[in-house]
Amino acid sequence: MGRAFRYGDNVNTDVLYPGRHLANPTPEYQKAHALEDLDGTFVQRVQAGDVVVAGRNFGCGSSREQAVTCLKYNGVNAVIAASFARIYFRNCINNGVAPLVSPEGSAAIQDGDDVAVDLASGRITNRTRGESYPFEPFPAFLLEILNAGGLIPHLRAQAAQTVTV
Amino acid sequence: MAGQTISQKILARNSGQSTVRAGEIVQARIDLAMSHDNALLVSKRFKEIGAPRVWDPERIVVPFDHRSPAPTIEVADGHRQVRLFLKDQGVRNFYDVGFGICHQVLPEQGHVKPGMLIVGTDSHTTTYGAFGAFATGIGATEMAGVWATGRLWFRVPETIRMTLTGRLKPRVVTKDLILHIIGSRGLEGCDYQTVEFGGDLIPTLSADSRMTVANLSMEMGAKNAFLPVDAAARAWLERHADGPFEPVVPDEDASYSQALEYNVNDLEPQLACPHSVDNVHPVHEVAGKKVDQVFIGTCTNGRLEDLEQAADILRGETIHREVRALIVPASRQVFLEALQAGVVQTLTEAGCTVESPGCGPCLGAHQGVLGPKEVAVSTTNRNFRGRMGHVESEVYLGSPATAAASALYGVITDPREA
Repeated sequence: MGRAFRYGDNVNTDVLYPGRHLANPTPEYQKAHALEDLDGTFVQRVQAGDVVVAGRNFGCGSSREQAVTCLKYNGVNAVIAASFARIYFRNCINNGVAPLVSPEGSAAIQDGDDVAVDLASGRITNRTRGESYPFEPFPAFLLEILNAGGLIPHLRAQAAQTVTV
Repeated sequence: MAGQTISQKILARNSGQSTVRAGEIVQARIDLAMSHDNALLVSKRFKEIGAPRVWDPERIVVPFDHRSPAPTIEVADGHRQVRLFLKDQGVRNFYDVGFGICHQVLPEQGHVKPGMLIVGTDSHTTTYGAFGAFATGIGATEMAGVWATGRLWFRVPETIRMTLTGRLKPRVVTKDLILHIIGSRGLEGCDYQTVEFGGDLIPTLSADSRMTVANLSMEMGAKNAFLPVDAAARAWLERHADGPFEPVVPDEDASYSQALEYNVNDLEPQLACPHSVDNVHPVHEVAGKKVDQVFIGTCTNGRLEDLEQAADILRGETIHREVRALIVPASRQVFLEALQAGVVQTLTEAGCTVESPGCGPCLGAHQGVLGPKEVAVSTTNRNFRGRMGHVESEVYLGSPATAAASALYGVITDPREA
């Protein structure tokens, strides 16, 4: 699926997406400034399908969801961490980025490993090391939002169903 | 069945149930929905949903504070679009440039009452727990869903009980206490959980001091926090709240995940050192470090009591010539009270720069951001790398008294020695 970009514990929203870039940023602008104060080379190296792997309490701090969408606009559709800060976890779901709680994956995956995520089977596969790790299953209603691509498409689909019934 | 915590009672009531279990997911009715400048993103997402009208314009509140007054044409245009959207949707509870910070304006203008379920597109929405409301931060997309449906899912949180006992020494305040607690718990020390504060310290605390505790609980991961609605809180609410209110109290046999006690008798002034809010040390351990800027303000410490503490140290003095001291009252009401009390004059005479009410430079947006390698002592709530400006700047978080004392001497200073 993609390469792993590995970071540590307590990666906060100020380094994921700094406040100086928050005034009404376009997707292109967010894409260019993703992780700017954490890893200055991230945006040059990242490719669609890559995953971010981190330690505990990923995304602590602000409620700014640009800290999620800046990853999404770079083609990152999954973040693997030992744990997530709660607003960041919700922002991931609502923007169609899978927040995978996997202490095993967080501990084992190294920077640059080739990693694939299967939401349906609940496994993370590490092709580089020939290993796989479980992640905490999502409640059904959250999986529905994720599979719809986020909360907005999910609500639109619900509204469409209501109209046609 | 075990008794219910405050969080359980509020989430049960708003999801139409008699009781709920910790860990259970509920769909709850929202009593109040707050957004600030990021109402622009919320309104864009709302339009993408395709709902024609917001669910209840009376339950939506929007103050401008993060970039207010607008520092760029781009921001001014964003503000303009939000004003048009809110007018079109009939949202009357809009507080334009200059009213102040959302977390000060909402309680001050009477929107916050005990027992309410409040969400805000700002992590420090936990502040309203100082008045017994279940209040927590959410993202902009989720808020668009709330504007459309008036409902939101919650995982019913476990609750940690923190008992605060003793008496604070002179020039030691709740900022020092809550920093000390965050330092001992760590950034994720209360992740996903409620904190119910109690103990014999609380009745001695002003509303201003209580708000600082609830505000910063977020920095140890708390989903929300409650301080008891005692006689002092009731008296404050009776002056401010819009109509009658009924506090929600926990059952005596409510179940808690942890019970912790903090005695404040020997507590010293504290600083959260770069670059993490849980990197907390007594001020004397870092005293003497040269300071370029001092900032007193924000939803954490921009209230009258905070400005008075700074004025108490700077009265008749002049700040160090190599320090910029920025004062940003949390609201117009605070500014007015500080004017009437002579606090603005005292601080201005001492060489401080008093700016318009709002978030100021807290998140590195405007009104005094930091340059490369600059050092700030700030009464704000976060000091992560690059938070207040350049990525190589350093922010020390402390009380208004510590900030004022440091402005006076040009180096980090224990306020008890000022």
